[in-house]
Amino acid sequence: MTITFRSETFRDDFTFRNSLYNIKRFPFPFDRDEYMYSVNMEPHIRGKADSVFENLIDVDEHYVAEMQDRALVLKEDPLRCQALPHMMTAQWDVLELLMEHQAQDYPEHFTLEKNGDRWRWVNRPMGIDDTFTFGDAATLPYPPMEYITRQAQGDFCIVDQRDNNLWMDAGMVTTQADWSLDFDIGMNFMEWHGPVPLAHQIGVFDRALKFLLNLQQGKPTRRLNWTMTVNPRLDTSPENYHKWGPDRTTVTPENVGDKMHLRVELQSLWRLPRSNAILFVIRCYLISLSELVTVPKWGRRLPRVLKSLPPEIADYKGLTRNRPIMIDWLAKYDDGAPTSAGIYPD
Amino acid sequence: MSLNTDMPVRVAAVTQVTDLVKRFRFERLDGHPMPFFSGGAHVVVSMNDNGLLRRNPYSLMSNPDDNSAYEISVLRVPNSRGGSIFMHEQVRPGDQLTVSQPVNLFAPDHRGRKHILIAGGIGITPFIAMMEQFSRDNIAFELHYAIRSRSHGAYWQQLLDRYGPRRIKIYVDEEKTFIPVAEIADNQPLGTHLYVCGPAGMIDGVLMTGLKAGWPKENLHSERFLAPPAGLPFQVFLERSNIHMTVGEHQSILEAAEAHGCDAPYMCRGGACGQCETEVLSCDGTLQHNDIYLSDEEKASGKKVMICVSRFKGQQLVLQL
Repeated sequence: MTITFRSETFRDDFTFRNSLYNIKRFPFPFDRDEYMYSVNMEPHIRGKADSVFENLIDVDEHYVAEMQDRALVLKEDPLRCQALPHMMTAQWDVLELLMEHQAQDYPEHFTLEKNGDRWRWVNRPMGIDDTFTFGDAATLPYPPMEYITRQAQGDFCIVDQRDNNLWMDAGMVTTQADWSLDFDIGMNFMEWHGPVPLAHQIGVFDRALKFLLNLQQGKPTRRLNWTMTVNPRLDTSPENYHKWGPDRTTVTPENVGDKMHLRVELQSLWRLPRSNAILFVIRCYLISLSELVTVPKWGRRLPRVLKSLPPEIADYKGLTRNRPIMIDWLAKYDDGAPTSAGIYPD
Repeated sequence: MSLNTDMPVRVAAVTQVTDLVKRFRFERLDGHPMPFFSGGAHVVVSMNDNGLLRRNPYSLMSNPDDNSAYEISVLRVPNSRGGSIFMHEQVRPGDQLTVSQPVNLFAPDHRGRKHILIAGGIGITPFIAMMEQFSRDNIAFELHYAIRSRSHGAYWQQLLDRYGPRRIKIYVDEEKTFIPVAEIADNQPLGTHLYVCGPAGMIDGVLMTGLKAGWPKENLHSERFLAPPAGLPFQVFLERSNIHMTVGEHQSILEAAEAHGCDAPYMCRGGACGQCETEVLSCDGTLQHNDIYLSDEEKASGKKVMICVSRFKGQQLVLQL
């Protein structure tokens, strides 16, 4: 399928919009009317056609614009992309994985030709055609992870496994929900999850770590996470809090439908073959409330979920201030009818 | 639901390496390349021994960058439970087997400035793949390899030829040369990591020597070959599957469950990885924990059991499986 890439922005004039097709394929994260943390992992296998699960590395209509936004973030702050020196093998693992998936699933847009270690990579939407030697970083314009993640949607963390723990030792992070790679680099799994409320007490992270340490090659896994963002801004980083934090005070009953966005992360985890590290992909999807309520099931369910949210979680996700405005605005889309199980539109 | 990613393979070659060691080369039946792997990884080989399913883990010893085939080496163990005998006596070129995706529970620490590898006997196999990787990446390593005799020892001559006597040191029981572990542990540059693979006594000795010499435990790595130990048969009830079964003398609980059609999760089948951790619902007797995964407190609590290696003595054991 040929994707028509949109020309749009995630800053300043915020021209980002979803097409009708893209709204229907949005990964709505709530499979029931209440919300609570769980280790909601499932095998990352191909799902329904025309859903974000159709391909394991999803490319959509926002691809080109997201890559342009990433380039802007990196220009202002190169520390959004970092890799500790022992992660070079893992960087090549990531380059191989992303190139193979994008080329295999989107042959109209990407081509990978291998002749032994001599590889040719063609990225038509971005006008790239490079030939390089796999394993020789000097033959690429950037280090391998940076090279390929400037051409792949989502944030990417490469996590090293040793001493029965996972370590955040490399990453490209420019579309994050208020966390910083520069701050977390070198931390272990328990350290970087330190700020999350409630989940520690119910043992979520102990179980999740145990599960991930045994993640097997060929069996990637995924979960959905979510928060909400004012304006379709990809880069909601702590470094730029002064730019986006005040946006929260601009929400009114009149503009909430267009300003407030549900932000969903499709997180997938992959055991990397050559390095035994784990690739953690955090792919961000945005949808405005006005776009979201065009799917009746989601319009009914979202206000119910927001009402049931424990205050600690609402606070952690930065929703405390605007939650009542959202619930009020969404109320007209909830006629009280029962909703069907699962996340997909009826 | 468990996703099956096992790969049917054809035995491409069988090579007699020493009188007790054979090397097997596997190629995929579907013609696809093998997945790449990291040095230290193993695969679980499934064998159909006359209708009896046998699954044994073996370290991969081929070059991790070579995705045309996998190679393992199997030591013939006379009093084994049958897997190694089956591989030695029954498996011929052209035969079909199934291998799992690679799993690495013995990966080198990529931050290491230098890597010291200590092998005893067939414990050499994971190091053969690791050395390929170190040598490719230009990382300092040395191998200390103990063998019983020059005729029994596998691959020592090839390794000497390939990497030279500065990096490869061979010690021969018959010639009364032994690995000077204390000396090796005593004087190493900061950031050195040490790895040991071989018989249990050797592993314990090397780790103890390292700790005594002041090494941080994070820099000491080991891989044990924990075959499920034999013992008296016992009764188990799998509650979720509603299966009453007897675990035989030379069988593990996991193997008995598989023989009864229960699809239990597993990875290493050697008591190390934790994947087959199973909840104990009731236990009218004593659990014999043989794994190295559960903590002493967890073992004492009697609430969990690693079904790939642990056994039971008593009336009946009920598991949530």
